[in-house]
Amino acid sequence: MAWFRKDKRKRTAQREKLEIPPDAWGKCEQCGHVDINEKFERALQVCPSCGHHRRISAQRYIEILIDDGSFTELYRELRSKDALGFEGYEHRLASASRKAGTHDGIIAGHGTLTGLAVNLGVMDFKFMGGSMGSVVGEKVARLIERSLEHRAPLILVSASGGARMQEGVLSLMQMAKTSALMARLRESGTPYISIMTNPTTGGVSASYAMQGDVNLAEPGAVIGFAGPRVIKQTIGQDLPDGFQTAEFLEAHGMVDAVVPRSELRATVASVLRMMVSAPALEAQD
Amino acid sequence: MARTEFHLDFEKPIAELEQQIAGLQQMANDRRLDVRGEIAPLEAKLADLRREIYRTLTPMQRVQVARHPRRPFTLDYLARVFTDFVELKGDRLFRDDPAIVGGWARLRERPVMVIGHQKGRDTKENLRRNFGMPHPEGYRKALRLMHMAERFHAPVITLIDTPGAYPGLGAEERGQAEAIARNLEEMGGLKTPIIAVVIGEGGSGGALALGLADRLLMLENAIYSVISPEGCAAILWNDATQKERAADALKLTATDLETLGIVDEIVPEPAGGAHADPDGAAEALDEALARHVPEVAGLDPTELRTRRTDKYRRMGQYVEA
Repeated sequence: MAWFRKDKRKRTAQREKLEIPPDAWGKCEQCGHVDINEKFERALQVCPSCGHHRRISAQRYIEILIDDGSFTELYRELRSKDALGFEGYEHRLASASRKAGTHDGIIAGHGTLTGLAVNLGVMDFKFMGGSMGSVVGEKVARLIERSLEHRAPLILVSASGGARMQEGVLSLMQMAKTSALMARLRESGTPYISIMTNPTTGGVSASYAMQGDVNLAEPGAVIGFAGPRVIKQTIGQDLPDGFQTAEFLEAHGMVDAVVPRSELRATVASVLRMMVSAPALEAQD
Repeated sequence: MARTEFHLDFEKPIAELEQQIAGLQQMANDRRLDVRGEIAPLEAKLADLRREIYRTLTPMQRVQVARHPRRPFTLDYLARVFTDFVELKGDRLFRDDPAIVGGWARLRERPVMVIGHQKGRDTKENLRRNFGMPHPEGYRKALRLMHMAERFHAPVITLIDTPGAYPGLGAEERGQAEAIARNLEEMGGLKTPIIAVVIGEGGSGGALALGLADRLLMLENAIYSVISPEGCAAILWNDATQKERAADALKLTATDLETLGIVDEIVPEPAGGAHADPDGAAEALDEALARHVPEVAGLDPTELRTRRTDKYRRMGQYVEA
């Protein structure tokens, strides 16, 4: 007879099984790291493992940069128009609006950044690849004019594949329009901070994105004039590792600093406070 | 010098008639015959044919004409429209970019700074000129020359003819985007008149980097576009052979751009295009420049700049809902 007998009682679960919703997990597109979404979100959608900066919405950049509750959107009523009668454009615009939940490739407005009044434009890659047509150009132009008028710093966050071909040469002319105004802004001594995110190429990089008094870029962002695919086709060979990344541009002298998303707000605030002259700051208070 | 003939597909009837006339002339010369009576009506017919074909070109055919290898390039106009040209090379930073040429010249005695894209006529020259596709140093040279013109109160005349800024490794490394962006900003603020003429291909940002101007003229068969028809078709329809469709949609001809309010004046080309008669094309360009340059050269620099900014400020079409 055994001194000890194994209890044959049927075991029941000590606690209820945790129900984990399938969308609670996120996977880094770069390194494959899997983590709960909340952790990605707390890190502003930066991978906790490899530091890959995932794409975030224009709205999210506004939340990151601007003091809570201080943002007022401007020029909301501007809508793109099919000026050339370009086949399929109307349809593309409608579906882009649905998909992105915005009316064009940029959200413009004003608000405060650590108490400092600024004008801000944030491009949205989700809206037709952040392409620049008349509306994007017009909103940027109005923001520059507003900065000139109020002597308030301008911040533009770019994310764009370039000019919008469905508006033909009218898109191209937006580069000229914003640049001519930018020349005035620079002379006026009003600071302009350009923040380049993934990707910033074509007509946007070849105009306002590269015209900042200070050009900042997010880690790993692809920045260049021609897109990597076009270059690869032209030269008929693979591109070197890291070609056209923010770090590459920093090393080649085109970008002042590569700034992680978590430090963006503090960096912009700090540099702006040194650039804005004391009398201008007093005038704001 | 042996002339290499090059005919576009739709120019075939013109080429055939030209051959017929040449053949007749040859025979007459050999046999010492007087065929003036036979040739005159043929030449009249040839002129009509040229006019007729060129009057009804499709947008894609105009793209072909704008890219014609025998079309006059910047240096051809420099030799015909201007005098005393002294080429000035280099960006003082990296190297000289032969895809852009520039320097002092005279336009009807008036000193001007001429800057233009330069394509090559044959393979060898095209390799040297990179098919008229500039690197950043080309744009930086152009900017250096524009600032020189500003210091010496001379108007800047730019001639635009490029497939686009070069998409290559070195170009990106040295800041193609930055170079174009800087030119746009500086041209926006330049305190001397700028007159830009699209003489052939106006390829996107690479063209605009010489094209922000007080007056924009365009040769009749030149084109100006945000993207090449081939590139547009490849992106939109995944099929580069749909280039005709894209060329129609992009509205890239001189007449389209005049309607859109981008181009101030269309410079007429001789019947059969500028390549059929480079001297005639140069004459028309000279006439147009001689009118526009004095008009803007007389303006006060501040006034000039205000007008320039205002002109671009109005560009674009949108709705305010």
